[in-house]
Amino acid sequence: MNDSVQGKLAANRLQHLLPATLILLLAITVTWLSYTREPSDAFLFPRLISSVMIFLAVWNFLRAFLGLAKVGDGLSSQTLFKIAPGVIVMIVLVYFAAKALGFYVASFLAFLCVFSLYDPASHTAMSSWVKRLLITAAFMAVIYALFTLLLKVQTPRGLYF
Amino acid sequence: MEFLQYFGGVFEPTSFLLLLGGTIGGLILGATPGLSPTMAVALLIPFTFQLEATQGLILLGAAYTSTVAGGAVSAILLKIPGAPANIATALDGHEMARQGRGTEALHVSFLASGVGGIIGVLLLIFLTPVLARWALAFGPSHLFWMAILGVTIIGSLDSKSFVKGLLSGCLGLWLSMIGYDDIQGAQRFIFHDSLTGGVNIITALIGIFAIPQVIEMLAKGRVEHKIAAVSVGKQSLFSSLKLLSKNFKAMTIGTVTGSVIGLIPGVGGQIAGLLAYDQTRKFSKDRDTFGKGNPAGVIAAESANNAMVGPSLVPLLTLSIPGSPTAAVLLGGLLIHGIFPGSDLFDNYPEVAWTFINSMLIGQILMVIFGIWVASYAARVAQIPPPIMAAAVLVLALFGSYSVQQSMGDVYIMLTLGLSMYLLEKVGFSAAPLVLGLILGPIAEANFIQGSMIANAVDGPVQYFLMGTLNIVLIVLVLSSIAWSFFSSRREALKEIQDNPVNSDAGASS
Repeated sequence: MNDSVQGKLAANRLQHLLPATLILLLAITVTWLSYTREPSDAFLFPRLISSVMIFLAVWNFLRAFLGLAKVGDGLSSQTLFKIAPGVIVMIVLVYFAAKALGFYVASFLAFLCVFSLYDPASHTAMSSWVKRLLITAAFMAVIYALFTLLLKVQTPRGLYF
Repeated sequence: MEFLQYFGGVFEPTSFLLLLGGTIGGLILGATPGLSPTMAVALLIPFTFQLEATQGLILLGAAYTSTVAGGAVSAILLKIPGAPANIATALDGHEMARQGRGTEALHVSFLASGVGGIIGVLLLIFLTPVLARWALAFGPSHLFWMAILGVTIIGSLDSKSFVKGLLSGCLGLWLSMIGYDDIQGAQRFIFHDSLTGGVNIITALIGIFAIPQVIEMLAKGRVEHKIAAVSVGKQSLFSSLKLLSKNFKAMTIGTVTGSVIGLIPGVGGQIAGLLAYDQTRKFSKDRDTFGKGNPAGVIAAESANNAMVGPSLVPLLTLSIPGSPTAAVLLGGLLIHGIFPGSDLFDNYPEVAWTFINSMLIGQILMVIFGIWVASYAARVAQIPPPIMAAAVLVLALFGSYSVQQSMGDVYIMLTLGLSMYLLEKVGFSAAPLVLGLILGPIAEANFIQGSMIANAVDGPVQYFLMGTLNIVLIVLVLSSIAWSFFSSRREALKEIQDNPVNSDAGASS
């Protein structure tokens, strides 16, 4: 087996092992809580499900640990590099900025950032930015009409809107 | 023939407009690569909150039906199936379009979809009340096993990995238990303030189905999006009808295959389309022409994937067991309107149930009429660049999940579930069993608790849950679905080792 194939297999093994470990930890926590928390009647069904879950989680972990887990393409470093900016935008704007800036402002920025980051058009040409801003504004206007005017949804306003 | 009394409800102005809007919108959404029918229906649910239950269901049903058919437009004109159900359509449909027969391909595709869809909905109409009457005999123990069967069957059939399919189902069942327990009022698994009210089904559905698709679109990176659609000319509908009648055998095979597949929970439109295509090719005298523009291929695939839609709702409406991920989303739509499908649905809410089913029948006819008209516009929508589509779906998912309970907690849950699902899918986990677990969890738990109370008062839990003909049949089905999945994943793993010994030296995969 050459070095690149070995490297790929090791990467895939780690990618299977990490979620398998997290799921096993989750299953242990759920099982422990199900068997220790009161009132015990409220945890009757969770005890049943967590018992099956921990059995499957251990099985899944052992397969990942032994390098037997093969299903799934895994996440290549190239894909990770491509999706990272978009995912960071989602996380920052949703978890941290939506309440502070306002839901509409955060959504406007999320649309504009995702669109701009992945738009193949030039990032230095003024015309490209005008086009991006117009498309974003038009889409947000449709969203405003649908959710605020039609469905009467009250969104967090934050500092702005 | 009770359903005939409720046809009037479909033609009430608001209902009919929603049916029309859902059909046209669904055709356009279906034609857009990356927007699956399940995601389209999940994103539409927040728009039904302000509607009456019947109207909301009409909109969702129309979108479900027409997104499946709309996927054929991009499959034929762009060679990009709008949904997995349209993969088989692209094989001959695009070849026909390249040969200058694009309009003919679109005509036969929508006509075959309509015929298959109508027969599928008729099956739904005639089978559902019979099964619902039969389901009246179900007690809590049977309903508990039915819910477990729903999770194991989808976990087994929808996942390539036996253990990961079932583990996804367990994760879904666990998610359904978060929040306050209904009977004791005890807090369960509330690790964060956002989880106090539990995991809302609609929020979870939006996150699980929309966010991974947004990230998939982002994974294409900053690349020029140039897809040339094959232009379509004018063609008489009459000659397309003649072509359809010439391929009656393909349409029959497609419709029968789709209807049978639809009744089996978890199998789905992709299998229906490919199986019907394969069977039609095997039974054809001109099997060499398949893949080279044979209209029989388009007719078989499209009649199958739309014939599947009606029967896939039979287990949902009679036993509360969704037959497909999209049916699971529809169940979410029913639950938010306080309607619990099951054996007494047709007694308690006959107007809602029958008007919804009748609207699907009328929707099939509208889909044929408007499908042909909308096709050229839909192909243009399919050419929208992925960055715009990804940004639009992301913002729709944010607003859709927030509007469920007007809570930021729901938005956090939606995004967390979506990001986690993307990563889990990359290592072989599947969304469908997780969603089924989440939806069927409360049904399974309520019946388990109710059954335990009855069991304590009579013969004990072993006798109550494990004995009796129906219990035994259901337990055998649960075990069979698990065993089938186990052996089929072993077989696939062995095949992979034989085909690719270098990468598979570590052993079998499951």
